[in-house]
Amino acid sequence: MSGVRVLVGTRKGAFILTADGTRRDWKVEGPLFGGWEIYHVKGSPVDPQRIFASQSTSWFGQLIQRSDDGGATWQPVGNDFVYDGVPGTHQWYDGTPHPWEFARVWHLEPSLDDPDTVLAGVEDAALFRSRDAGATWTELSGLRGHDTGPHWQPGAGGMCLHTIILSPADPGRIVVAISAAGAFRTDDGGGTWRPINRGLHSEGIPDADAAVGHCVHKIAMHHSRPDVLFMQKHWDVMRSDDAGENWREVSGNLPSDFGFVVDVHAHEPDTVYVLPITSDSMHFPPEGKLRVYRSRAGGDDWEPLTKGLPQSNCYVDVLRDAMSVDSLDKCGIYFGTTGGQVYVSSDEGDSWDAIVRDLPAVLSVEVQTLA
Amino acid sequence: MSDSVVRVLLPAHLKTLAGVRGEMKIDVAGTVSAASILDALETTFPALRGTIRNPVTGQRRPFVRFFVGGEDLSHQPLDQELPSSITSGDETFVVIGAMAGG
Repeated sequence: MSGVRVLVGTRKGAFILTADGTRRDWKVEGPLFGGWEIYHVKGSPVDPQRIFASQSTSWFGQLIQRSDDGGATWQPVGNDFVYDGVPGTHQWYDGTPHPWEFARVWHLEPSLDDPDTVLAGVEDAALFRSRDAGATWTELSGLRGHDTGPHWQPGAGGMCLHTIILSPADPGRIVVAISAAGAFRTDDGGGTWRPINRGLHSEGIPDADAAVGHCVHKIAMHHSRPDVLFMQKHWDVMRSDDAGENWREVSGNLPSDFGFVVDVHAHEPDTVYVLPITSDSMHFPPEGKLRVYRSRAGGDDWEPLTKGLPQSNCYVDVLRDAMSVDSLDKCGIYFGTTGGQVYVSSDEGDSWDAIVRDLPAVLSVEVQTLA
Repeated sequence: MSDSVVRVLLPAHLKTLAGVRGEMKIDVAGTVSAASILDALETTFPALRGTIRNPVTGQRRPFVRFFVGGEDLSHQPLDQELPSSITSGDETFVVIGAMAGG
């Protein structure tokens, strides 16, 4: 029987939530790596039993953990993230040059066709690749070495590379996003990169239409239509129909177009989900109402999804990697909050239930759909 | 120079990571310093690599400190020889994570 495995990263450990295809009765396991910040946990689409986890603290640095049995057992693998060559400087918050310093791995993206290959997006922003299941890591330094690199600057959470999108149609194409530099794309497997930020408009930066400097929070793509990208920017929900060459705003009737997460329905490429947050300083839902918004038109026209979600006195945040979808029929939608709740909708967002309510602050949610 | 047997106490998270409980004894080759103790620790427990010192620069991580007999040795050069009380086994090389919240 089919089922789902939800991989949850939190401020104080990882949790694994499992259920059968009905998604009604849940088994909660954890905390794994209790006391450590788990920024991201993600399984290989080729071998779902292989899962990678980013484990870190300010005290003891970065570890990468790998499981080859679906999360039952784990082993630390390589944690040498060494920038290629002389790291140089990027811009600090005050505009002064600041040395590139590795802090942590924000996002792990396993390969679409090789269980031993995985990409890591790190802070300070760079992209690393392992071809030996995490034992060793090599920087794809063409990205950080882009001419604009010295002008990149951190967002409030640090200068993180938090989004990695692999194209199922073109093995050479990778889209990444960096706060606060923007989106970048390679078409040659990571050798050369260019900014893809045309159409983004950010009033909080000196040149609102600059080639780089935009605080992109998350980008999502449907596997059947890799040229169509949806973006939740600091402010504004955006859409591109040409793999990021041009973007247009699709915020439409959202109550706020600030937010962190964006994701796409597993079976309907024009059905998109966001979760509006009040503003860049008020990181909680507008009016204290936790509402997912769904567009069935690829943006512009959004409907609130509230059934089962708190509609008063809710002041949690939902961070950028904390939404995911399964590929069951009907598509399941999942998100986790800084208040420790992980919500599931097993009917495409029409209604919601809390799988758990009292975890540590949730940093990331990934779902594996199991045969 | 023969190996020395050094008593080492790690903070809880690193004990978990290394899969050890309580204080441990570890063989250290050559001059006993913080660096040689860390070399031995990382050889015996590869999972500890990078958790106490930066794997690139070799420098102590900012939130980690070293104590011997109640004395803070965090700020002396990592390759400086440690007191004889360490090699004699009278004192323990204590690795401590800073009290910094959370």
